[in-house]
Amino acid sequence: MKRLLIAAALLAAASPLAAQTIAITGGTVALGDGSEPMAGATVVLRGGRIVAAGPNVAVPRDAQIVDARGKWVTPGIVAGFSRLGLAEVDLTWSNDDGGGVSDTAGSADDTGQNGPFSAAIDVVPAINPLDTTIAVNRADGVVRAIVAPAAGKSIFAGQGAVIDTGADMDPVTAARKFQFVELGQAGADAAGGSRSASHVMFRSALREAAELGRYAGSVGSSGKAAAEGRDMPTVRNPNESRLYGSAARRSDDVMLTRFDAAALVPVLQGRQYLLVHVERASDILQVLALRKDFPRLKIVLVGASEGWMVADRIAASNVPVIASALNDLPASFEQLAATQSNVGRMRNAGVAVSIGMIDDSDTRNLFLERQYAGNLVALQKVPGATGVSWGEALAMITSRPAQAIGMGGEIGSLMPGRRADVVIWSGDPLEGQSAAEQVYIDGVRQPLATHQSRLLERYRYLPRRELPEAYRK
Amino acid sequence: MRSVFVAILAASMLGGCAAKTPPPKAHPIRINEDPYPSTYTRYPGAVTVIRGATVFDGEGGRIERGTVIFGDGLLQAVGDASLASPAGAIEIDGTGKFVTPGIIDVHSHLGDYPSPGTASLQDGNEATGPVRPEVWAEHSVWPQDPGFSRALANGGITTLQVLPGSANLFGGRSVVLKNVHARTVQGMKFPGAPYGLKMACGENPKRVYGNKGGPGTRMGNIAVTRATWLRAQDYKRKWDKYDKNGGDMPGRDLAMDTLRGVLDGKILIHNHCYRADEMAIMIDMSKEFGYKITAFHHAVEAYKIADLLAANNICAAMWADWYGFKMESYDAVKENIPLVHNAGACAIVHSDDANGIQRLNQEAAKALADGIRAGIPGLSEAVAWEWLSRNPAKALGILDRTGSLKVGKMADVVLWNGNPLSGYTRPERVWIDGAEMYDSANPNKRPVSDFELGQPGEGDTK
Repeated sequence: MKRLLIAAALLAAASPLAAQTIAITGGTVALGDGSEPMAGATVVLRGGRIVAAGPNVAVPRDAQIVDARGKWVTPGIVAGFSRLGLAEVDLTWSNDDGGGVSDTAGSADDTGQNGPFSAAIDVVPAINPLDTTIAVNRADGVVRAIVAPAAGKSIFAGQGAVIDTGADMDPVTAARKFQFVELGQAGADAAGGSRSASHVMFRSALREAAELGRYAGSVGSSGKAAAEGRDMPTVRNPNESRLYGSAARRSDDVMLTRFDAAALVPVLQGRQYLLVHVERASDILQVLALRKDFPRLKIVLVGASEGWMVADRIAASNVPVIASALNDLPASFEQLAATQSNVGRMRNAGVAVSIGMIDDSDTRNLFLERQYAGNLVALQKVPGATGVSWGEALAMITSRPAQAIGMGGEIGSLMPGRRADVVIWSGDPLEGQSAAEQVYIDGVRQPLATHQSRLLERYRYLPRRELPEAYRK
Repeated sequence: MRSVFVAILAASMLGGCAAKTPPPKAHPIRINEDPYPSTYTRYPGAVTVIRGATVFDGEGGRIERGTVIFGDGLLQAVGDASLASPAGAIEIDGTGKFVTPGIIDVHSHLGDYPSPGTASLQDGNEATGPVRPEVWAEHSVWPQDPGFSRALANGGITTLQVLPGSANLFGGRSVVLKNVHARTVQGMKFPGAPYGLKMACGENPKRVYGNKGGPGTRMGNIAVTRATWLRAQDYKRKWDKYDKNGGDMPGRDLAMDTLRGVLDGKILIHNHCYRADEMAIMIDMSKEFGYKITAFHHAVEAYKIADLLAANNICAAMWADWYGFKMESYDAVKENIPLVHNAGACAIVHSDDANGIQRLNQEAAKALADGIRAGIPGLSEAVAWEWLSRNPAKALGILDRTGSLKVGKMADVVLWNGNPLSGYTRPERVWIDGAEMYDSANPNKRPVSDFELGQPGEGDTK
């Protein structure tokens, strides 16, 4: 078995490798754009980008050939909603847990949000590319993730990012891509105990942002992003914004800190996406109605377990949905009508729906999304259920989450020009029994060894040897 | 079913005029060990033949184009295409489909932590003290939990063990249920199944009680557990003596009753434990006090001590790939289940989750594939089905009655619309004791709990 050490891979992440031309030939290739897989097709990557993918694509003479006969080749999985990279181990008992035992090793969990700020929070400083969770997900074909902060005492959780799972120290693909807000039950709880409270809190916050926004200049593409030659507006860090000078006056009766209000200015202006967690049908309609008063909000619904009940209205609003894939239990009173047919029904109604994870597992189990996508395909054979086609299911875990936040031109498919995030699978990736065999991120082949694979090597054979287990490499 | 002992009051003394013999001791009173008996009765079914499907018998056997015949609640014949159908039987064409024993989940909190998850329904952990063997999970089960029907229709679950949570060192008795809707929990209880007792080691008890008088450490966990077994042995001595000799009845203690049942071999231990070193300590403890651990649950590090598990005949109920949510689950490997199986130990796939219970076949499939990729020998789809039916039945003490497609066993059968190790397959029909409890094509054969009546989504395909 090849052993690729993480250290070696870090060194290898330099540009020369990314500039290589690679042709992956002979595999069953799916583009991730909703189309069905194509047998015996070729994928060509160069300079970290997709050149072309399909059955009649020519192999460049200078290309390194990767033989994918008998394998499947797809874009890498994009975790549509997650908290990947924010926690190494979820439950390490900070004192807030009430365990009363101090955690001298430092909490391995950076999702706590009990400080004084809310909307201004930026997940980027918290992301650790060396988390074992990132390696485990990379090893199973997850290449990019939409990473959101968790809401603490406010309905506003802060600003999320898009990361890659590559074995290097530069995980951020797009910083401050969206603001995340809770407007369902969690929002009601945070705002003081009711949805009335959370909605008035929301409106009040946007009012404060509007007031501060009078002083705002154009908050948009920084020079650096423009230099990279791609249309990737990154909201400038509000800490550097001119909104903090004494000239930017605020009313006396404000509730948000200046930083938090400033962070909402780009949301109000429609320059930063607003991901909204709602589950209940009536809550979904309330969020859609917000656009009457705040027409420039770029809303994306997250969760939406009851979305199918109001799918026509969601479709008419052109608001994308990043839905939980398989919720089918009335886990709470905001999910009474949950059904696995939710995603399929929304799709059939014309909703731009993709899949994400917003539950206890969202820090680490994103690799399960492809199994969940396969389950949506299974529904096609269940009477009374509404499933999706294979091509659509793959799109929901690749290109569609990217499109939901305006990055469909960059990641999530094998269309020309996209980042060369490619996975070669042992078989159909929507079957849990398949495994990722090769993972490329930005055209760079990734190491797939993890803490777990090393443990397997050590304990594959138990009988005693001449030295204790700790000496087994 | 444990036989019901009727309380007997002894007739007493008659003094003769001249006799000076001491009055005979009172005969011992037999305690009713089954005061909440199962009232489950199977529903009506017809003699049914499923022909032409691939059959996994649950014990490692695979029959291509097989025939499965059941009637009067029991399996009557299982074999190949040459088996003849009884006259008047319902014939089901299983071509292109698969037939298996129903899946048995040994670790569920359906009913105890039901949907919806309101605070008023959180009944799985009697976290008022770390030693609570006196509570019985069945007294918390809400039979109207919609989770039961999801497990049936999406997961092919025909039997499940509901146990207390793992906040406590001794969590309380578990209960084995038929996945058949009833108005009462007694109406769901698996007839004759032995009781289980939930124990826990590791992080949970010490986290919950660290600030509340302890235990606050792993060593505290062990000390309190051992001290409890000492009390149990003392109780057992008193009651054994009373049972043998009569006399003054000792005081009765519900907690000690349960522990005595374990020491007597009547109640099976299901021990939540993740780490290899902690499982080894629990094994030694079981020997110290003379009881048997039937199964470790979760057992994330079972692969590190698979040889110990095999040598001690202890089952391990595991996940395919859960990891990293606590330090004690940090060292998970995806090949845990097949590694345990390969060592000759009893490997089980469990859920501990109302969503996971709907996909145990898929979890077994992942474990199987990861095992084959790792070069573990002796694996096959038919073997993987042992992890879902035969081994769980063994761990619950009901293997003589269900858990495999053997003649004379309960007709707990699932017809799948494809290979159930594929994520594209779902149950098509499910029979429990030969009664059809689910038919994907028939909306009238889809159970709806009381809670869901009149709610948005009532009767929907979930």
